[in-house]
Amino acid sequence: MSDNGFEPRLIGFLCRWCSYNGADLAGTARLKYPPNMVPIKTNCSGRVEPTHIMKAFADGADGVIIAGCHPGDCHYINGNYRTAGRYPLMEKLLEQLGLEHGRVRLEWVSAAEGDKFARVVGEFTEEIRALGPLGWSEQFKDEAAAVAPEAVTA
Amino acid sequence: MSKFKFAMYWAGSCGGCEIALLEIQAKIIEVDQNYDVVFWPAAADFKYKDVEGYDDGYIDVCLFNGCIRNSENEHLANLLRAKSKVLVAFGACATMGGIPGLANLSSAQEIKDLVYTQTPSVDNPDKVYPQERFTVPEGELDLPHMYDTVKTLEQTVDVDYFMPGCPPEAHQIAGVLDVVTAALKGEGELPPKGATIGVAPKSCCDECERVKDEKKIAGFRRIWEFFPDREKCLLEQGVICMGPATAAGCGARCTSVGMACRGCYGPPEGVVDQGAKMLSTLASIIDAPDPDEIARIAATVPDPVGTFYRFGLASSLLRRARV
Repeated sequence: MSDNGFEPRLIGFLCRWCSYNGADLAGTARLKYPPNMVPIKTNCSGRVEPTHIMKAFADGADGVIIAGCHPGDCHYINGNYRTAGRYPLMEKLLEQLGLEHGRVRLEWVSAAEGDKFARVVGEFTEEIRALGPLGWSEQFKDEAAAVAPEAVTA
Repeated sequence: MSKFKFAMYWAGSCGGCEIALLEIQAKIIEVDQNYDVVFWPAAADFKYKDVEGYDDGYIDVCLFNGCIRNSENEHLANLLRAKSKVLVAFGACATMGGIPGLANLSSAQEIKDLVYTQTPSVDNPDKVYPQERFTVPEGELDLPHMYDTVKTLEQTVDVDYFMPGCPPEAHQIAGVLDVVTAALKGEGELPPKGATIGVAPKSCCDECERVKDEKKIAGFRRIWEFFPDREKCLLEQGVICMGPATAAGCGARCTSVGMACRGCYGPPEGVVDQGAKMLSTLASIIDAPDPDEIARIAATVPDPVGTFYRFGLASSLLRRARV
């Protein structure tokens, strides 16, 4: 628990063939890592669309991690190349919208890399903690209620 | 039989939708036969007070174009919602924010600073800004309050139908008016509430007559940088064409004359976020195996938000840039 009480809310999209099993291995090996990430099992990291990531941020996530098989290991041959293809363009778009670099992270975690999974989640949690809360939905206040300032006289 | 009541209003818009309505040509006479215009600032002299005096539900159909970006737009949206039986979000701005929705990349203050002090051609040494309220000997004057975030009509009031396009195509407007008039006469039925009307199923590519092959591109180009092939898919030639992520209905008129689709008809049915979908599409056709090369190609898209959300930023999942 940090001093200011901010606990990052993280979403992790984990490929079911590699990274989700890596997470399982971290669990069965009783490795310790922060509980901030909510894992979502996807069939492939290539299934994770930019829409999913934007929805996560719009609905209150502070950071999103996408984890898939190492290049060359994809169960569907080239799904993770699709992921890698989307990532730079999406990162650029999100930065244009004012999200700091580093709110989205792409990692390759195999089923044997429980230790890497635990390390990545730990690092990412601390990085997002340092960036602070995102609070995307909080910027939409009811502007109709804004009161016009006092009248100016010539 | 008395005529039905018709209204059209422009909120944050350019006026192109009003012209698009006249583009139905001789059919406008049929509109006149069936409807009395009771409010249409672009074409007839009515005051807001006239509308305020109508009973609720007095207007049979109201075509509302333009986004909601200030307190006047919001007031008229609420007013016309109450007075109209059928409220149609008409055009790209009302359905998804449109071009003015790109104002969501800045705050209202940043926009005012640019317009009143920072533009090189502006001479304003005392930094005079327009005031929302101003007292003169004759009384108090006021201007609408400008919002930080541009909204769609649906983000403001309950909307019955959505008709995208910048502007909607004349044949689609004519078709929609036929359906609405028939329904008002009791000769037909209105589509289910909340429907997007004046569009075709599938995507713009479905209507585009260019030859489509396997899409693999090694870099993006803009239309002025080369002479595009007249027959081949523009996307395959490296031009960012929003066709795959855009609803059909316009007849693919832009691509037929060599202009890439800009996405004004909004996302096809089932797509939540047009820009995100287009990003996904583009990334899938980049032909490069290693991440560095992919990043290099991605960098040749100079303005992802302005390209993928040219019309849809205000209705996208994230809606605006962080200020």
